[in-house]
Amino acid sequence: MNDKIQTQIVDVLVVGSGGAGLTSALSAKENGATVTVVSKTYPTHSQTSQAQGGINCAINTSDIKNHIEDTLKSAHGLGCEDTISLMCNEAPNTINWLDKIGVPFSRTNDGKIKQRPLGGASNARACYSSDYTGLKILHTLYDRCIKEDITFINEHMLLSLIIEDNTIKGVTVLDIQNTKVIQILAKSVILATGGYCAIYDKYTTNSYATTGDGIAIALKYGVEVSNLEFVQFHPTSMLGNSILISESARGEGGYLVDQNGNRFIDELKPRDVVARAIYQKIIDKDTVYLDLRHLGLEKIMETMPQERDLALKFANIKLESELLPIIPSAHYSMGGITTNINCQTNIKNLYAVGECANANIHGANRLGGNSLLEIITFGKIAGKNASKTNEEYKYKNLQNIKQNDIQKIDDILAKETKCNFYDIKTNLANMMFKDVGLFRNASRLKDALIQYEKLINMYENCGIKDKSRIYNKTLIEFIQLQNSLDISKEIITNALNRTKSCGAHFRSDDEA
Amino acid sequence: MKLKIIDKEYTITKKVDTILLALMHIKSTTNQELTFRSGCKSGVCGSCAVVVNGVEKLACTTKCNDNDEIKPLKNAKVIRDLVVDMNYEEKFLKNSSGYLIENSNSDISIEDEKAIDIQSNCILCHSCFSSCPVYEANSDFLGPFALTRAFRYINDKKEQEKKIHIDNIQTNGVWDCTLCGNCSMVCPSHIDIKNDIVKLRNTSAQYGYTDPSFSSGGFDASGTPDFGFNPDF
Repeated sequence: MNDKIQTQIVDVLVVGSGGAGLTSALSAKENGATVTVVSKTYPTHSQTSQAQGGINCAINTSDIKNHIEDTLKSAHGLGCEDTISLMCNEAPNTINWLDKIGVPFSRTNDGKIKQRPLGGASNARACYSSDYTGLKILHTLYDRCIKEDITFINEHMLLSLIIEDNTIKGVTVLDIQNTKVIQILAKSVILATGGYCAIYDKYTTNSYATTGDGIAIALKYGVEVSNLEFVQFHPTSMLGNSILISESARGEGGYLVDQNGNRFIDELKPRDVVARAIYQKIIDKDTVYLDLRHLGLEKIMETMPQERDLALKFANIKLESELLPIIPSAHYSMGGITTNINCQTNIKNLYAVGECANANIHGANRLGGNSLLEIITFGKIAGKNASKTNEEYKYKNLQNIKQNDIQKIDDILAKETKCNFYDIKTNLANMMFKDVGLFRNASRLKDALIQYEKLINMYENCGIKDKSRIYNKTLIEFIQLQNSLDISKEIITNALNRTKSCGAHFRSDDEA
Repeated sequence: MKLKIIDKEYTITKKVDTILLALMHIKSTTNQELTFRSGCKSGVCGSCAVVVNGVEKLACTTKCNDNDEIKPLKNAKVIRDLVVDMNYEEKFLKNSSGYLIENSNSDISIEDEKAIDIQSNCILCHSCFSSCPVYEANSDFLGPFALTRAFRYINDKKEQEKKIHIDNIQTNGVWDCTLCGNCSMVCPSHIDIKNDIVKLRNTSAQYGYTDPSFSSGGFDASGTPDFGFNPDF
């Protein structure tokens, strides 16, 4: 199989198989291109499966401008009005398309798609499928890809971008099953590799796999990246394991209460505001709980069965009768590869879409329900635009990058080591949450930079003890840690340079 | 706490809540070579299913107890330790046409959506596949997750082409199931797959299909009916 992959030149190569990647692939195929999706996991293992609350769409034409305004307001001046307008105006088409390909959206009595309010929204615009919205969208997209015969190359991790004359020519990936480096050539490449919240490890709601690989590799190859300091902390994750409890819990009327049982914040303020209010309580040695008792079992089962299941499985708590202790956790990466309204990067024929991209939509703080809307709406746009590349495919020398990658992998495997790189990973996460988390200031950020230098030095002297060439997950995690370290440095540096508070980036030393 | 993973025993002194956290603890402290898949840690990505004490479980949502025995999923080729090859997935989904073929453009009510709500929560963790005894005899059996996909679209009011789905689940499909119910028992998304397969048989009958073992296996070469009690036996 590998030989065939390496000699073909596909029209559109999609890297990543979450909602953004699968939509891009379907769109490119629909527009006549040959498409391959390469992914480090299986498609349905992607982060999109964890999106719970919903996907935004203005409830009627006159509400579109409110949706645009809410999104712009939440972006704190860092949102691009044209791009946001496009997304909000396209939302009805996006929802209709998902509904048409089979996403089982929850319905109202008169057969319309049901909507609920989420934080920071002036109207109830989140269309949903109970609280499994992301899961059902992702699986329906996957089913559609099966129908359309999309070619999948699963469990291959992105290593390098092949760029010549400021034009993308393809990528190299590592076949996880046999540790071979292969090269995939393409007329255009769409990066849909997801965000970087797994850097925060035990302090994130995200999958262990969201290590920002695409963004880290983009940085390395001169692809423009921006706003990495904007990390969204979700207000409500379960204390102790950071498992996400959807905003729909508050959207449906849930309360946040302190240890005395008092409410202390409007639960439907934007996520950054609510998260900071909760974390301030926790800093002050209080405990914060999600209180859904007044909603009753029937409503909880109807609108958020997953939340109930998770609380029961992980905390042995029944949401209809007990309080659930919560803490904010890193949840969404607003920053990423800089893209324009056409999903283009600064490299010719290289596109980025979804959480790995910074399309200037979410700016300093993303609204709940806007990420699923972004990945589908712009996935379609990226796929369509990428399929239009029709110039002759020429290259000079493609082998160097692959050879370097092979050497790099061989070196890692050959290196004898006494150090345990998992300690570096844990230390990085602790440092990022403590010093580059919800509240930031210059002295802690400077300290974080010093700690980062220590960690990168340790990393460079470290290797792995697993020397196998068969499904070497340790090797994958070691490479992911390099990516996480590279991104962390950018986050810290950007956070230090941005001295004013802005949305999720809160500087407690900003006197203004 | 003692754990047996495949054929190796481990002692963990740290208190760990779930099987996945135990595996991660071992990998990051004593044995980097221990190989397993993991992802969302919250039971929705479907990557971490393993066999715990003989029963398929998601490692991330299963409490870890003393003397637990952890093995890889069955019926699939083991790549390394707890990682099995899942590449057969696409083939089964394709063969069962586990997708919407043609939209009927019907109006959808609350009840219509509810009819496929549970089935559309399948996370493709392959627990059901591992628990299924039919694969020992027939590796081409479409199996529980692909039949669940078929059920989900056959019962979707949006589907115009129900018959194509029904046609595609006859060979190596609904009639090959032994109705043992293992799949229903192990499904982490609480899908009653066995019951759905029974319903798929009923739907198949409505489309004129019959149980092939009943219609062909019951006759001998001479065409004499041979079912029921045989006094000469």
